[in-house]
Amino acid sequence: MMGLSHDTIVGIAKSFGLFYLIALSIGICVYAFWPRNRGQFDRAKHSILDDENGPIGGEESR
Amino acid sequence: MAAKLTFAERQVALLILVVIALVGLAMAALGAGDAMGVHGFIVLIASLGLIFVLGASLDAPAPTEDRSREYYDDPIKVGIVLAMVWAVIGMGVGDWVAWMLAYPDLRFDAAWSSFGRMRPVHTTGIIFGFGGNALIATSMHVMQRTSRARLAGQIAPWFVLLGYNLFVVLAVTGYVMGVTQSKEYAEAEWYADIWLVIVWVAYFALYIRTLARRNEPHIYVANWYYLAFILVVAVLHIVNNLAVPASFTAAKSYSLFSGVQDAMTQWWYGHNAVAFFLTAGFLGMLYYYLPKRAQRPIYSYRLSILSFWGIVFFYIWVGSHHLHYTALPHWVQTLGMTFSVMLLVPSWASAGNALMTLNGAWHKVRDDATLRFMFVAAVFYGLSTFEGSFMAIRPVNSLSHYTDWTVGHVHAGAMGWVALITFGAIYAATPIIWRRETMYSWKLVEWHFWLALAGTVIYIFAMWNSGIVQGLMWRTYNEAGTLQYSFMDTVEAMHPYYIARAIGGLLFLIGAIIGFYNIWMTARDVRGEVHTLDHPTGSEAGEPAVPVAE
Repeated sequence: MMGLSHDTIVGIAKSFGLFYLIALSIGICVYAFWPRNRGQFDRAKHSILDDENGPIGGEESR
Repeated sequence: MAAKLTFAERQVALLILVVIALVGLAMAALGAGDAMGVHGFIVLIASLGLIFVLGASLDAPAPTEDRSREYYDDPIKVGIVLAMVWAVIGMGVGDWVAWMLAYPDLRFDAAWSSFGRMRPVHTTGIIFGFGGNALIATSMHVMQRTSRARLAGQIAPWFVLLGYNLFVVLAVTGYVMGVTQSKEYAEAEWYADIWLVIVWVAYFALYIRTLARRNEPHIYVANWYYLAFILVVAVLHIVNNLAVPASFTAAKSYSLFSGVQDAMTQWWYGHNAVAFFLTAGFLGMLYYYLPKRAQRPIYSYRLSILSFWGIVFFYIWVGSHHLHYTALPHWVQTLGMTFSVMLLVPSWASAGNALMTLNGAWHKVRDDATLRFMFVAAVFYGLSTFEGSFMAIRPVNSLSHYTDWTVGHVHAGAMGWVALITFGAIYAATPIIWRRETMYSWKLVEWHFWLALAGTVIYIFAMWNSGIVQGLMWRTYNEAGTLQYSFMDTVEAMHPYYIARAIGGLLFLIGAIIGFYNIWMTARDVRGEVHTLDHPTGSEAGEPAVPVAE
């Protein structure tokens, strides 16, 4: 077989895999509940309710 | 189609089509005598047809308006119509094979019409034809609106949409000729798979480039789901389809994997096709069209972020629950089972978020069948994710696996969740995209809703009954310690349920045909209403490019 054995992969999954998932979930919670993000989340969820009036600005010529 | 392209863009499009036509010609010549030759002719005819369409309008006047000031909705229109065409094909074939299971004579004794060839036509027609086109069309709608920017590119959207449909046509026609990799939901052979990779990379690039143009500071959460769908499906598709063609001039190929590794790779792919194709993308639809239609912002934006990452990181591990009690190592089975159970939390968070958004707008759900489609879809999403987590538990799986219960579960998800949210999203998008006040007929939307709901309920109740009866009969022992029932006894016991299932499917199909008619009539604008929106429109609309008031 190729370089990595079954035991090595299980070892990585049980050590690194565990901690990176925990770190990831903490990171996501911090992002979701960070006070400064509240404003842009609120803006985003309201802005979709009225978004049919064309792109804002344009890249070509205005 | 060509009216909004500049002369240079039309030339580039022609060049791309000529290259594809040459590839088709080469396939037809080299693959003569094999299914690949037939596919070569299909590629050739499709690209020649488009060359003629485009060539005829090569010298048509170029667009005069500032295109970047309007959304590009033409590919979305074609995508919605193609989704409905595939819905009718996929559901039609599905109902035919449902009747075939109850009455085997309906096979009509031909090789091409055998169950083994027609079933993948049904699954590919529904998942990739109906679901895929709906996802591509709605994602083009959502990415433009939530970014407040026009699609990045004039040719890329057409390349993605039409190229994708070419893949589905190659896949489906291949099955009829007996071409298959024997991998569930990945039956198409190597050259079709390579073509899908090209199209998919173009799709991803189109999405990212459109988001890069955005005029909103934050990327709305629906886009995250669509992007997860595109990105993960690319990874899944490439890895699971790694294969060595037996010859470069024929369809047959051999997978890089064998034995239990093959099984694990396949079900890692297979369940994530459910997760990222049939869930993540459709959650993107839910998070955009449901709040929009209800005219209420999503109940909790934070919860939508938490459930996004939960779904993405739990789902990727659950595939091994398809391989309980097999040669797969026990701990891998347990891993899949554990993640499947944990997955219930973010799944119900999404379903609950959708229902809480509607809380306070129940009168709209009562009056508006379009919103009701999306509401019932969220309920079925909650039900089928609960059922799925439950069935992934090893002892439950020992009863349910290989029985019709699995088929019932899949259809609770595919009909109750995926198809209903799609119909809701299409009914919400159609009047906007075609600039009509409403759909052609709200009564037909009601008819479609009740037919679809009745069909789904009949279907899944029939399969629950059938599956549990089947599972129990397979494990019933008599006093002598041998099996009580022969396999044929269990087949005969299924017969009434198979008839009920086929009737449920027929109701669902009729609903979809009504929906297609309604969408077609809305697009044709038979009422002749002139509906001027107060935003910039294209030059052929005969309206001022900028509203008079400005």
